[in-house]
Amino acid sequence: MLTKRIIACLDVRAGRVVKGIQFVDIVDAGDPAELAHRHAAAGADEIVLLDITATHEGRGTLLDTVKRTAANLFVPFTVGGGIRSAEEAAAVFDAGADKVSINSAAIARPELIGEIGSSFGAQAVIVAIDARRVKGASDPVGEAEVYVSGGRKPTGRRVVEWAREAEQRGAGEILLTSMDCDGTRDGFDCELTRRVSEAVQIPVIASGGAGNARHFAEVFKAGKADAALAASIFHFGITDSRALKAEVAAAGVPMRLPC
Amino acid sequence: MIAVIDYKAGNLTSVVKALRYLGAQDVVVTQSPEDVRRADKVVLPGVGHFQATQLLHDLCLTKTTREAAAKGTPFLGICVGLQWLYEGSTEAPETPGLAHFAGACERFPAMFDGDELKSPHVGWNSLEDIRPDSRLLAGVAPGSFVYYTHSWRAPVSADTAATTNYGGAFTAAVERGNVMGVQFHPEKSAETGLRVLKNFLEL
Repeated sequence: MLTKRIIACLDVRAGRVVKGIQFVDIVDAGDPAELAHRHAAAGADEIVLLDITATHEGRGTLLDTVKRTAANLFVPFTVGGGIRSAEEAAAVFDAGADKVSINSAAIARPELIGEIGSSFGAQAVIVAIDARRVKGASDPVGEAEVYVSGGRKPTGRRVVEWAREAEQRGAGEILLTSMDCDGTRDGFDCELTRRVSEAVQIPVIASGGAGNARHFAEVFKAGKADAALAASIFHFGITDSRALKAEVAAAGVPMRLPC
Repeated sequence: MIAVIDYKAGNLTSVVKALRYLGAQDVVVTQSPEDVRRADKVVLPGVGHFQATQLLHDLCLTKTTREAAAKGTPFLGICVGLQWLYEGSTEAPETPGLAHFAGACERFPAMFDGDELKSPHVGWNSLEDIRPDSRLLAGVAPGSFVYYTHSWRAPVSADTAATTNYGGAFTAAVERGNVMGVQFHPEKSAETGLRVLKNFLEL
């Protein structure tokens, strides 16, 4: 049976994990390669590394980090943050990434989705969408808007329509982050996730708002998510993917449980 | 020497990395029929469109692969590499496959059992009906999870070494003598995938 995926996300700045998933015994920033391997060993289904500085000067450091993290990592590995061209994507693939996640650059130039896909396959292109509900609208979810530049700039584009266009242009998956829920630990935006998931054929990864295992079970069931991103949740009582997945499985969601 | 055939269908880094991690000393990424002829083992990776396999015909690798298969060289196709071992795929009807195995690859149906079926099939799914005589899957327990990402799949036949269920059963692994293939990505399937690659290296 196809299982739902729990994806461990590492936010990286200047070669160090600055927040996101950390084990309770690690109080400060960690080494991305070390953390990625520990998450894979604990049963994370995939690893996402997001470069949150994503500056021009930082690219060399990022590629080195990707290379070190990808070494001997035998689960799918996605890299995102500041990838603006097919050439930049190619460099990240060369360093060992299996997929890239693109966000602002895809909104600015949607052809980029197909350009990366034509060389590396659609499965290697994740389009990340930062979404915010439109308060006071007749359909706040249906009219939810896409934001770029780390959530700072509204684009005037509707989330569901952009997800559909991204799919048509050859995206392999959608990474949907609810800006309303992000950081709240009150649960994912299941309604928004469901709308996007029903609008596209490709898998949808839910992100933003995870606080406990029940939230994951909800977004897989009610939200129809195919995967969910676990970022800061491990700060708050759940020690690792193994514990999280056991709880989500107990709630009736098919999970790959590590031996 | 292990020849990993590069036919410009996606990223070979992960496959090569996994083979080296498992101790393979002499891994050569190549498009040369001569390398394939000399190789002790041949790996044909590949993600993306079946159309890309046209390059195998253009590079004269079809004939070389047939010769290698006939003389007993262990051959492993991965993902589209498995699909190429069949007669063809509806993804690119004008491009024939090697036709080593009978049947053609077809897209997942849009509906299955009255429910909408998402495509591509992405994620970790379990191996079932593992053939006890499979050398490639030796030591792999039924129900072990492997990582998939694909929209076309090969039919189940007598050569099928394991199945996976998604929109019905499809061929997860195929094996007849020295010619083998896996639809999943062993290089991305954690311990189970490494076991499969190790089995292949030890043939």
